[in-house]
Amino acid sequence: MSATIPLTAQLINLCASVILLLTFAMLAQRRVMQLINLFALQGFMLFLSTLVVAVTTGQSHLYWSAGLTLLLKALLLPWILNRLMHRLQIKGEVEALINIPTTMLVGIGLVIIAFNVALPISQLSHTITRGTLGIALAVVMLAFLMMITRRKAISQVVGFLSMENGLFLAATSATYGMPMVVELGIALDVLVGALILGVFFFQIRDQFDSLDIHHMERLKDN
Amino acid sequence: MPSLLAIDTLLIAACVWAILGLAGLMAPRKTRFIAKTLFPLGALVSVLAGIVGLASLGATSQTAVLVIGLPDLPFHLRLDNLSAIFVTLLGFVSAGISIFAAGYFRQGEGTAPGLLCFEYHIFLASMLLVLLADDAYAFMVAWETMALSSFFLVTTDHRHETIRRAGFLYLLIAHIGAIAILLSFGVMTGGAGGSGDYSFAGMRAQQLSPFWSSAAYLLALVGFGAKAGLLPLHVWLPEAHPAAPSPVSALMSGVMLKTAIYGLLRVSFDLVGTPIWWWGVVALAIGLATALFGVLYSTVQSDMKRLLAYSSIENIGLLAIGIGLALIFHSYRMEALAALALTAVFYHCLAHAGFKSLLFLCTGSVLHATKERSLGKLGGLIHRMPWVAWLALVGVIASAGLPPLSGFVSEWLLLQSFLFSPGLPHAWLNMVVPVAAAVVALVAALAGFAMVKFYGIIFLGQMREDSLKDAHDAGVWEKAGLVWLALITVLLGIMPATVILRIDAATRQLLGAGLSEHVRDHGWWMLAPISPERASYESVIFLVTIVLSVWLGRWLVHHLYHGRGRRSAAWDCGYHFQGPRAQDTAEGFSQPIRRIFEPMFRMQRHLPTARDREPYYSVQVEDHFWHWLYLPIARLAAWLSMRITTLQGGRIAVYLMYSFITLLLLLLVARP
Repeated sequence: MSATIPLTAQLINLCASVILLLTFAMLAQRRVMQLINLFALQGFMLFLSTLVVAVTTGQSHLYWSAGLTLLLKALLLPWILNRLMHRLQIKGEVEALINIPTTMLVGIGLVIIAFNVALPISQLSHTITRGTLGIALAVVMLAFLMMITRRKAISQVVGFLSMENGLFLAATSATYGMPMVVELGIALDVLVGALILGVFFFQIRDQFDSLDIHHMERLKDN
Repeated sequence: MPSLLAIDTLLIAACVWAILGLAGLMAPRKTRFIAKTLFPLGALVSVLAGIVGLASLGATSQTAVLVIGLPDLPFHLRLDNLSAIFVTLLGFVSAGISIFAAGYFRQGEGTAPGLLCFEYHIFLASMLLVLLADDAYAFMVAWETMALSSFFLVTTDHRHETIRRAGFLYLLIAHIGAIAILLSFGVMTGGAGGSGDYSFAGMRAQQLSPFWSSAAYLLALVGFGAKAGLLPLHVWLPEAHPAAPSPVSALMSGVMLKTAIYGLLRVSFDLVGTPIWWWGVVALAIGLATALFGVLYSTVQSDMKRLLAYSSIENIGLLAIGIGLALIFHSYRMEALAALALTAVFYHCLAHAGFKSLLFLCTGSVLHATKERSLGKLGGLIHRMPWVAWLALVGVIASAGLPPLSGFVSEWLLLQSFLFSPGLPHAWLNMVVPVAAAVVALVAALAGFAMVKFYGIIFLGQMREDSLKDAHDAGVWEKAGLVWLALITVLLGIMPATVILRIDAATRQLLGAGLSEHVRDHGWWMLAPISPERASYESVIFLVTIVLSVWLGRWLVHHLYHGRGRRSAAWDCGYHFQGPRAQDTAEGFSQPIRRIFEPMFRMQRHLPTARDREPYYSVQVEDHFWHWLYLPIARLAAWLSMRITTLQGGRIAVYLMYSFITLLLLLLVARP
């Protein structure tokens, strides 16, 4: 990379890399409380990067989506998750199916794949943020990995929400954000999804006396 | 002047059938109304359709476009000479069956009579639409309606486990066939790069490469072969025919199998373009195998309807042989000989539709009178059921291919076309085809054997069971239906030249050649398809000779021997008790065939030993195909399903992993 990259693009790249780092941190985090905090931080970084893009390109609707991100992903959703955690009295550690170092190694492999796959696509794009496309894809994959490797339902929901963050990052980086209507719709979907999953947590706990999803193996039909 | 076109009349006929069916559905339990009003009306419509079909033979083809169908995809219909022949067949044969059914369906046998009436008439209407369809869409809709309505007719007695299984097997193979037909149509529209014109006219215009036209032909052969009962997709036939009520078996065997033949002819001669010579060889080989297989299995059956079902397989095999020969000749541009073979095919379609329906209806009468379908418990019924017995004799003679009835004419024509095959410009074919002719001769002889067994065991000899003494002859409606079909069989037998002049229109349409110029010269009594020097057949002379000699023999016996004969017990070998059970049984009669062709059968025998307290003998003949082809496929499917269920482990993490891996693979594979 040469020095000709403008400052704003560098700022955006910085934000994106911090998001990636945070995702790795989430992947490595054992405590649910910390996981939610990291998720809130990730939402905040997403807000920052969207704000930078908005300032740089001067597109007004990006301000709206930045605000929405701040409100929803940095404040509201973490708050809901926190409340849920207290109501459900979840404490202690998140049990992972695969041990953390292995997960991290797999994660590194996924990042390489994501960059490799995203490279030809970002060359087609003409936005100043195109470099972050690979990072966004990597975030999506890492979040997916988190959903796979975690055992507690709540950490899977965090993984799901963080995957949405990655998608949002991809949208802003590739095309300066989706149309406002779509963005609003997705935001609403995520919110409603989180609420419904919260209700499910209570149901699952009532049914199995635990939030450990391996109890649900009994549900398959033979 | 807007006059009523033939095709419109036929459409109205189909609508009237549907209305009759609906009327039956309105009053499902009024057996009398349904049997004595609706079925005879249906028969009337059938006769009308038959007459229209006969009249439009030789006329120019007519088309119609219906408003029903999907948006922008209306149904196209067309009545040409090929359709007209089969419409004639459908009309006249189903008329006899409907008349018979008026006396046959009674209260309290499985499905309600009204529902049965509905299914029956929808079946008829859908067959008519299959024959008239002029685009793939209309054809498939009619074809599937036909399959479904006949499935429900087969499972009329759905309370029996075996009948439900037979119905399922039928439906399964019908679907396999339908998929093959659909694919064949897809290939003929030209696939992705083609015009996408789904009408038959569009398919004719499509120029296919030899590879793709062969693919279309083979798919059609599989698809229509599944419906017709060609090897190895024949297994549903001997299960479904005995399961269905007799009029339904008659309709399926007599008419529905012919719609499959119609489809095969339509595709291979009309739609797909110029045939390649090996297409004919494939059809010929499959036909030979089917005919031999069918006739061998029909000789060893102990259930009268299964026997007839296997005999239907044999006849379908003969038809496939004829189609194969016609294709071979056609591909070498020997149109006159192709016309001869094709005429034999058409003739055999007509003949088989007549006599096989007749025989199936006779078994229905026997079943009603005796409640017995196993040959081992019948016998001597000619004394109690003279009408049915004598009319069955007509069907049996025709089925055995004896002069002067219809079966002889068609088989004679088929053998004639074999005799001309040395003219083929292909050395290898010239060597193989005479062998095929020998197989056909063997099949004809074995068919005679099977028919002797069928008739002899059921109607001749003494009654094997006491209960048979209460058997009664068929009712008026049943007799009328049987007489109608027997009349068709006799007429087809003694007026071959007249019939061939009618068939000529269809061969001319498909091949551009016909037999009419040769046949017309000699008057209606004499049939000389190529030239009288080579071969000729005077049906009337045969008929007169046979009638005269029978009458003379009877007269001689009556007058010379009458009164001098002495009735006494037969020589009993010192064994004083000789009941009707000492007669040759169905199994015993066919034992020589079982011995000679032993490798062809899969038999499970139980032989009595000297120490048995209750000695018994039993033999069960099973189909090799079932064990070698169908059961392995079924086991494979079950095994694969077991493997696939392990995918469903119940762990969410694993399910997520599936989507994750899919995503990864897609990302890697579908890179820009």
